[in-house]
Amino acid sequence: MYAFDLVKPGTVAEAASALAGGEAQALGGGQTLIPTLKQRLADPGTLVSLSHIDEMKYVRESGGTVEIGGGTTHAMVAKAVADIYPGLADLAGRIGDPSVRNRGTIGGSLANNDPSACYPAGALGSGATIITDKREIAADDYFQGMFTTALDEGEIVTGVRFPIPEKAHYSKMPQPASRFPLVAVYVAKFADGVRVAVTGASEDGVFRWTEAEEALGANFSTDALGGLSASEDGMIADIHGTAAYRAHLIGVMTKRAVAEMS
Amino acid sequence: MTKVSMTVNGKAVSGEAEGRTLLVEFLREGQGLTGTHVGCDTSQCGACTVHVNGEAVKSCTMFAADAEGAEVTTIEGMANADGSLGTIQQAFQDYHGLQCGFCTPGMVMIAADLLKNNPNPTEHEIRDYLEGNICRCTGYHNIVKAIQAAAGQSVPAVAAE
Repeated sequence: MYAFDLVKPGTVAEAASALAGGEAQALGGGQTLIPTLKQRLADPGTLVSLSHIDEMKYVRESGGTVEIGGGTTHAMVAKAVADIYPGLADLAGRIGDPSVRNRGTIGGSLANNDPSACYPAGALGSGATIITDKREIAADDYFQGMFTTALDEGEIVTGVRFPIPEKAHYSKMPQPASRFPLVAVYVAKFADGVRVAVTGASEDGVFRWTEAEEALGANFSTDALGGLSASEDGMIADIHGTAAYRAHLIGVMTKRAVAEMS
Repeated sequence: MTKVSMTVNGKAVSGEAEGRTLLVEFLREGQGLTGTHVGCDTSQCGACTVHVNGEAVKSCTMFAADAEGAEVTTIEGMANADGSLGTIQQAFQDYHGLQCGFCTPGMVMIAADLLKNNPNPTEHEIRDYLEGNICRCTGYHNIVKAIQAAAGQSVPAVAAE
């Protein structure tokens, strides 16, 4: 690792002012950023640790939504929303491994927007709202490509508000070594429609499979997906799978999610 | 360099750390607690697992400064007060839950975390919880048996094969 200063603000306001200083970068749970720093792929002059900001660690339910603080760990989410929003709790409880879930945070995952991360699928599939220290951003506007979001430099994800669907399921095909999704699909059924979000597959990161949403909106069953196939254009191709294989998995994982919910 | 203080295995300790000093470096090189191992250094293998404020974490993927003021438990803190092996450690010995022993500190720490959260886990739950801890020797069978035994479950004897 290159050398850096580590600062530990206790409030969002202090963190925002620490991040305003040019080369500073936010550090969530560090489960992606610390390995990245070890490979010298990042060289921040200052790291602003968000782990000590209590106002970013919370889970609040109100009126059909649940809001989760950006500093809330995956393990905390898995426990806290198990009864309120079981589909999301299940997603959080299967990220990485137990030790990673005790450090990694929802805000860190969404700010990083890894093209194979789990939370972007949960947020986009739920139609969540990303809350920052400056504004609120709809998930449909937030995810803007691989490792790219609508966040400005120094902007902090302080919370995420999820509308709670009637039911939801996250179906994941883990890559056997990294345990990241090779392809994973989050299906959420609301009273007014169905959302289907796909992670791990596209070179542009998480995306909605709108054809499947329309088909499932008309007929929520695996049969409705029978004639659909996702295009392999723009799918990731690497040593773990071809673009065609990933496109095929999108259909399979969507069907599995719907089957779990039926 | 800044001064970092924490409680390790019940004892107040402090030492100098850079921003980039990892918790595992603070423990091994600063405190001489070399029971915690560095295997992969990429947060895959879990040999460096310790408990921070009662939760298992990979100490190669946390900065020492972020553990300021924390209660940290390492493998050295798992023995009984008289120095004899703790329940989980003894079970690893009894059920041959190790061969080379490199992963063992992390295995014991993750097992302790599991049994704290789920005192009577199924075999499937044990294997699932070990997802982030890699053993290259045992094939996991005896590690799983050791954890079942530590949970007080009746475990088939290890075959002498």
